[in-house]
Amino acid sequence: MKKSVILGALTVAGLSASAAAAATLDDVKERGTLNCGVATGLAGFAAPDANGEWTGFDVAVCRAVAAAVLGDATAVEFVPTTGKTRFTALASGEIDMLARNTTWTFSRDTDLKFDFTGVNYYDGQGFMVPKSLGVSSAKDLDGATVCIQTGTTTELNLADFFRANNISYEPVPIETNAEAIQQYSAGACDAYTTDASGLASSRATFETPGDHILLPEIISKEPLGPLVRHGDNEWGDVVRWTLNALIAAEELGVSSANINEMAESTTNPEVARLLGTEGDLGSMIGLNADWAKSAIMASGNYGEIFAKNIGEETPIGLARGLNAQWTNGGLLYSPPFR
Amino acid sequence: MSTLTDPPTGSFRLSMLLNDTRYRSMTLQVIAAIVLATLLFYLYSNLAANLRAAGLNISFDFLGSSAGYDINQTLIEYDSQSSNLRAAVVGILNTLLVAVLACVTATVFGVIAGVLRLSNNWLVRKLMAAYVEIFRNIPVLIWIIIIFTIMTAVLPGARAYLGDDPERDMLGGVIALTNRGIYVPSPFFTSGFGGGEGSGLNWLIVLAVLAGSFFATRFITHSADAKQEATGVRPKTGLLNLAVWFVPLVVLALVLGLSWDLPDPLANRFNLRGGLQIGAPLIALWFALSIYTGAFIAENVRAGIQAVSKGQTEAASALGIRPRRVMSLVVLPQALRVIIPPLISQYLNITKNSSLAIAVGYADITATLGGITLNQTGRAIECVLLLMLFYLVISLVISAVMNVYNSSMKLKER
Repeated sequence: MKKSVILGALTVAGLSASAAAAATLDDVKERGTLNCGVATGLAGFAAPDANGEWTGFDVAVCRAVAAAVLGDATAVEFVPTTGKTRFTALASGEIDMLARNTTWTFSRDTDLKFDFTGVNYYDGQGFMVPKSLGVSSAKDLDGATVCIQTGTTTELNLADFFRANNISYEPVPIETNAEAIQQYSAGACDAYTTDASGLASSRATFETPGDHILLPEIISKEPLGPLVRHGDNEWGDVVRWTLNALIAAEELGVSSANINEMAESTTNPEVARLLGTEGDLGSMIGLNADWAKSAIMASGNYGEIFAKNIGEETPIGLARGLNAQWTNGGLLYSPPFR
Repeated sequence: MSTLTDPPTGSFRLSMLLNDTRYRSMTLQVIAAIVLATLLFYLYSNLAANLRAAGLNISFDFLGSSAGYDINQTLIEYDSQSSNLRAAVVGILNTLLVAVLACVTATVFGVIAGVLRLSNNWLVRKLMAAYVEIFRNIPVLIWIIIIFTIMTAVLPGARAYLGDDPERDMLGGVIALTNRGIYVPSPFFTSGFGGGEGSGLNWLIVLAVLAGSFFATRFITHSADAKQEATGVRPKTGLLNLAVWFVPLVVLALVLGLSWDLPDPLANRFNLRGGLQIGAPLIALWFALSIYTGAFIAENVRAGIQAVSKGQTEAASALGIRPRRVMSLVVLPQALRVIIPPLISQYLNITKNSSLAIAVGYADITATLGGITLNQTGRAIECVLLLMLFYLVISLVISAVMNVYNSSMKLKER
């Protein structure tokens, strides 16, 4: 009896003994792999392909960071997280960074002790309904049954939207995107709501995507971006500037196709600084001089990543919209590399 | 070795703590206690240090702030502006609701299947054996999902019942089976307390009348027993009991103006309005827990019945008692003593397994406090602690109640 109590106590001690590590950058270098939290499977953003390789828009951020830190874009351990487990996974140190279309909000940034390192996709919450329903506006959804993916900001936005418009609805909280789609397809809910990008992604997987429409209302601002634990500023800088490097590369015309040529022969001093042929930006954040070059070579610049995974040529078919460079009327604006 | 040695004389030496059998066990226990206390202290300081390092503090203030999300099945008044605490209470009530419903139906399934497993009829016996083996050997989560998926896929959407000229007619014009749930008429009182809307007081009166009928029938049975003991003739009580149950209810319904709120297919373009909606998640969870745990209870019942000596059955048969009455008067009362203790743990299992509700979107305590609230506030440790506390308390209460019942049923030794 006594013995089993002690053994039990030892087990608990073992479980709780993982202290939150401060120097994530050193840990990642020592480990040789980056532990990156991603979605459990969202086409275009993070999903394993037929060969079991993770691909997608969020996955590309993980690969770029791994390339910048370790020089190897494949040195990533992808940890699938649900809306529910993602924050615990990050806070406990199970993952080094989270790139799982997570909305940057005040309370997550402050109260939950995380640091958002930028925005890789400007999104907003929308509604998808079957065309046959004859609904043209979310305000017509009075009394409807709405499927929501639980554990996300969408629940709160949804409650706010219906309360503000003084109409009623019945929520059906669903744990994962796949189950929600199943319920929606069977007609157990009239509408499905999540980030518009996620809706487009899900709609693309239907047999007849044309039978479903996205309603025009976008009821929230959802800036999605990668995040790290609060308090480890060096690591936060690495992730932040890797993302900025991808964005700046597109703005400066550096792509995975021309990057070697640009590195050798560029006359633009900012490109030279970015690619490490001039100045020593790399050493300032504890990385090699060619960190940004490796990051860009991993899966291309921001524009290439967007086009390959979720762009208009893909089944997801998202337009750049807000996610265009600031020079093209979008919101992407990287601070200068100087 | 002689057991009659004189107690050692002389003064106490330190080595006696280990060598002397009188002190040795005490010494070992003290050492074990110290080690345990040190470990616990280490665990606590480790947790505290890590939380401090992560900049987190334990605080339950979030319970008072507004929850911000809606819940689809609420037994008490709740909206998105209610506090997280109220959301947790809504979850607790939903957990208790499904647990109580499932305990009752699982017991019914279990007793029927357990008794029939010992039937003399080959087909019935084998069917029940198949039920028990299939249902208890597949995880309950799978059953919950299977039943929910079947409901979703087989039943029509709510829209099939809507409009002036619906695709489908409601059963008897009042009951609609949809893949969102089952809509049935709900009773309300037009001339009771609280006017047309009605108030809880009316239902309390109904409950009081039902309790009165219950005690009245018990009294009737007792006096019939007494008369049978005294004269050997048992007065007929069946009709009287029926009257005691139904006459007061009918009178009450007339006095309070009982009326039925029917599901209305015209009120809304998406869903039926009015009536009582029993949601698909509740049905799936309730049914899955019932058939799964029912299979375990069936085995308990069978074991209990088989534990009753065969001589009892034979003696009862020899007295000319019919087989059904042998079961209900002789075997089951004795079998109950064996059945109840394992039954307690099955009830505890139902309560704990109801936390799988989130798989089908049923808003139990794990889904509200341990799911959405935890997610939105990020207060993982606090929420999980509260969850553990709730399940512990509720399990201990069930256990205590069942133990009282058990001690009232067990063999009275004189």
